[in-house]
Amino acid sequence: MRRLEALGTWIFALVWSTPLLWTVWAAFHEGLATFRGELSAPWMIQNFISALSAAPFGRYYVNTIFLVTFTLVFQLIVATLAAYVFARCTFRGSQVLFYLVLAQLTITPEVLLVENYRTLNRLHLVDTVIGIGLPYIGSAFAIFLLRQAFRSIPKEFEEAAAVEGCSFFGTLWRIYVPLVRPIYVAFGLVSVSHHWNNFLWPLIVTSSIESRPLTVGLAIFALSNENGAQWGVVSAATLIIVAPLLVGFLIFQRQFIQSFVHTGIK
Amino acid sequence: MMRPSRRATFLYLLPALSLIFIFCYAPMILTFYWSLYPTRNPAKLGAGPINYETLIHSPQFLLVLLNNLWYVAITVPVSMALALLMAALVDAQLPGRMWVRAAFFCPTILPMIAVANIWLFFYTPEVGLFDRALSILGVGATNWLGEPRTALGAVMAVTIWKEAGFFMIFYLAAFQSVPPELHEAAKIDGAGRWMTFVRVTLPLVGPTSLFVFVIAVINAFRIVDHIVILTHGGPDNATSLLLYYLYETGFIFWDTGLAAAITVILLILLLSVAVFQIRTLDPRIHYR
Repeated sequence: MRRLEALGTWIFALVWSTPLLWTVWAAFHEGLATFRGELSAPWMIQNFISALSAAPFGRYYVNTIFLVTFTLVFQLIVATLAAYVFARCTFRGSQVLFYLVLAQLTITPEVLLVENYRTLNRLHLVDTVIGIGLPYIGSAFAIFLLRQAFRSIPKEFEEAAAVEGCSFFGTLWRIYVPLVRPIYVAFGLVSVSHHWNNFLWPLIVTSSIESRPLTVGLAIFALSNENGAQWGVVSAATLIIVAPLLVGFLIFQRQFIQSFVHTGIK
Repeated sequence: MMRPSRRATFLYLLPALSLIFIFCYAPMILTFYWSLYPTRNPAKLGAGPINYETLIHSPQFLLVLLNNLWYVAITVPVSMALALLMAALVDAQLPGRMWVRAAFFCPTILPMIAVANIWLFFYTPEVGLFDRALSILGVGATNWLGEPRTALGAVMAVTIWKEAGFFMIFYLAAFQSVPPELHEAAKIDGAGRWMTFVRVTLPLVGPTSLFVFVIAVINAFRIVDHIVILTHGGPDNATSLLLYYLYETGFIFWDTGLAAAITVILLILLLSVAVFQIRTLDPRIHYR
């Protein structure tokens, strides 16, 4: 019975991964072979070469890497400062203010796309990578995660810091930040995957190769290659853009899953 | 610790609060304001609920709203049930457990746009994987994404595939927090595995289910990337969802007044779910 269950689970998992396995297969085979479903066709890497020469994926890569790095760094700085105050200080209205911040968990920038586009226009940031990331820098999710983590640090640490003569900022920098390092890693993984994969907002904001991230580049490439003969090339392009996250996930599976468990609220 | 001055507190909060104000609250207020003005000749026609009247009388909009409600009604329970099943399977002793878990979770880290590309090939009439599989059973070609009857369901399947593995990890975490004593007690009482699951494990994952439910509903309103690739909302708006329709109205037809009114309706829906979300977070906000 147990064996039967294991077999069933394995088949279920295999069926579930068909889309991905199929993409890998298609990426390494000639488009027409994929189209006709010839499983015996020879393996080849021509599709990757064609995809890379047909669209500026190199440039898109640079844009996406810059986007996720700059977004993450500023998210962490902004959220650390705010979370520290929310964790340690109570003042009139601090609870209300915190709830107001939490609303942004649900009302993410792409929901307000028309107005946010106007704001970006006023700031002359339309069609820039900074413009894609800016609305996400004040991250309620990061503030929430860090505040919870800071609050779980025992008071004794803080008292010891006071004895040592640490300032308000010194306590944050030398005690709090090092103690919650795992939370920074968890948020980092989630933020990088989220912005690597984000699509609708960058689609609206960008209009040139110089600012387009990978997802938008892939969509444009795919929409111009819709017929079956190009399946192989489109699959190759798809693999090119998902490769870093996919490989990272297969190597650091546990770390990824634990980080995403924190997110529920991304 | 030195008590921070009032000014220091203010300075620490300033970057976060101003960014959230600029990209969340200010646009919400402005959206509401602009939703009262028609896009063309706003000065001449003046303020009023004209955009909302247009929407209420637009069969297109009502169809989109209905689509989105169907989307919630089907993708949410189906992906949650699959997630629970996956978690239960992976939680048991199983050779190659890590690989099975990876297979289930993998779609979560892929961009929706890439997922849509993959599924587009599956749905291609005659030569796509679905039609090939069905032709073995003697079923003829189906234009999955082109027929109003099947298109919405086909798009839903993509969402379910993408999300079930993500929800699975919350159930897994919940299962692992069930005290082992309870399982032993159940064993001593002679309960089988199925009985233990239904009587011991399931009741303890209630709060997790609520939490997952809220995320799932929010995502059903917020994730529309795949529609851009798969159907553009067609045929005849059969697969258009609120956020996609909003994008079309605002950025393809440039009717910003109407787009603002759609945004307000979407905001009302999302904020009413957010109230629930904050409740599910609540114990975690106050714990100390």
